Amino acid sequence: MSKKTKGLITRIVIFVILLGIAYAYLHPLIYMVSISFMSMRDLANPIVSWIPTDLYLDNFKTAWKVLDVPHSIWDSIEMSIIPAIFQTIVTALVAYGLARFEFPLKRLIFFFVIAAFIIPVQVTYVPKYILFARLKLVGTPWSTFLPAILGQGVKSSIFILLYYRFFSMIPVAFEEAAEIDGANRFEIFYRVILPMSIPMIVVTFLFSFVWYWNETYMAAVFNGDNIKTLPIMLRNFVNRYTAMFPTRDASVENRINEGIRMAATLITIIPLLIVYTILQRRFVEGIERAGITGE
Amino acid sequence: MMKKKTRRAITGYIFVMPWLIGFILLTIYPLFYSLFLSFQDVNFSVEGIKTTFVGLKHYNYAFRVDTQFPTLYVQSLIDIGLSVPLIIIFSLIIAILLNQAFFGRTFFRAVYFLPVVIISGPVLSELLTNRALSIVDPNSFFVYRFLSTLPSFINFPFLYIFDNLITILWFSGVQIVFFLAGLQRISTNIYEAAQIDGANAWVIFWKIILPLIKPFVLVNAIYTIVDLSSFPNNPINTSIATNMFNFQRPYAYSSALAWIHFLTTLGFILVALLLLRDRKRAL
Repeated sequence: MSKKTKGLITRIVIFVILLGIAYAYLHPLIYMVSISFMSMRDLANPIVSWIPTDLYLDNFKTAWKVLDVPHSIWDSIEMSIIPAIFQTIVTALVAYGLARFEFPLKRLIFFFVIAAFIIPVQVTYVPKYILFARLKLVGTPWSTFLPAILGQGVKSSIFILLYYRFFSMIPVAFEEAAEIDGANRFEIFYRVILPMSIPMIVVTFLFSFVWYWNETYMAAVFNGDNIKTLPIMLRNFVNRYTAMFPTRDASVENRINEGIRMAATLITIIPLLIVYTILQRRFVEGIERAGITGE
Repeated sequence: MMKKKTRRAITGYIFVMPWLIGFILLTIYPLFYSLFLSFQDVNFSVEGIKTTFVGLKHYNYAFRVDTQFPTLYVQSLIDIGLSVPLIIIFSLIIAILLNQAFFGRTFFRAVYFLPVVIISGPVLSELLTNRALSIVDPNSFFVYRFLSTLPSFINFPFLYIFDNLITILWFSGVQIVFFLAGLQRISTNIYEAAQIDGANAWVIFWKIILPLIKPFVLVNAIYTIVDLSSFPNNPINTSIATNMFNFQRPYAYSSALAWIHFLTTLGFILVALLLLRDRKRAL
């Protein structure tokens, strides 16, 4: 066998393996889509495995009602976009301070940024609740916003390190030129550095948005009963369903099934799937940069 | 007039101030307050919270009296202890394959990264309870049935892979991209030089790729440990949440569990550091 054919075969083998892995990744999503269009009859029918017999949309109608989508989608958007904006701004400020200024205890602060990353949020859960209850923030969006404003949002350390790396690579000449023109450090940050950092800002915002959207551990208790994001509704889906559609006697009628549950799960992640489909490259390249930072 | 150096230092502090306040108020203070609470009994009174020192009572309770926690704790230990190495190995293999891929690299990378964006506690639980995460029935494999007959201390890591394959893959998205970034920094000249010297793929992996990718392995291991430890569905995390308002031991018991969890996470990170640190640099 010539070297060329051998190389070709290797490539085809690698491609097939990658395709197989991709299938494993997508299997839950394909399954979810398939099941969510199945009626009770299809679900019970062993012959119907992947393709539903007809276009059955009742699962989505029911899930939509139980999730209270018109309401919860706005809560989700509010509770992810606003803290994401705060997080994007504050982590940039901190990183700029660390990247460009020399001050006492800077190395210690840098160490704390990394240390903050390895503390699971659950460790500070109880005292934060006590603190927020005392400040009357429990049950308000501020229990989520305040940590974001103070740079302690979801995985904020990662963003600080990313920005730090990014700012360190910008030549100081730009800032020196602006300084000669009489700009102060904050104007420089705002007028010179930020416009140069748009790709980094976009990446931080996207990841913050997605991670805030998916955050349920703190939100379930700290946001109280008034704020119900889609994932929080999904978390209580079975209970809400049984409350809304009680089963009379032991009939199958109204009983919850995996079709309805998969439809609800799909509704919860559809906004994320849309964002990801459009901006997929931004996400992946952002993390790629983080990988180099980590080194 | 102030010296330029002092002025710059003050400006620097102004930039990091919001974070510093947040770190003290929302990370350091709660961290040690939960340590404090874990040694107390908490009572609610008109003036607020009253605490009395009870020593290791809650820690003792967790491991000796509580009927659920020890099981959940062991479950979490096994989960993290097995998942972390598996995620690292799988993501390294996938990254190496991706790095060699002739076409479709961007597409595959996008697919493998997708779960990072959609994964959340409730979504994963729904997928799990509705059997969306079991790709095939493992019992249809002869290997699985054969392994099932072996004593459990031998077969459990293998059965774990079969049972959790998709979950492991879904938690590998970030790690794959990390590794890929690292692999792309290795110059192709090195591979070519090695090939001329007669090295095959196996030798290249052990002698070139692995030593150069090692710093990324450590970063990935720490990332994975933290990611899994703070995932809401981790059994310890669910017990921390459910015990917070436990009316017999409000706040305090949860705090003790939280610190057990924290120390365990640190333990895992320490093991990763010891196993993966750069020995040459340590000298």
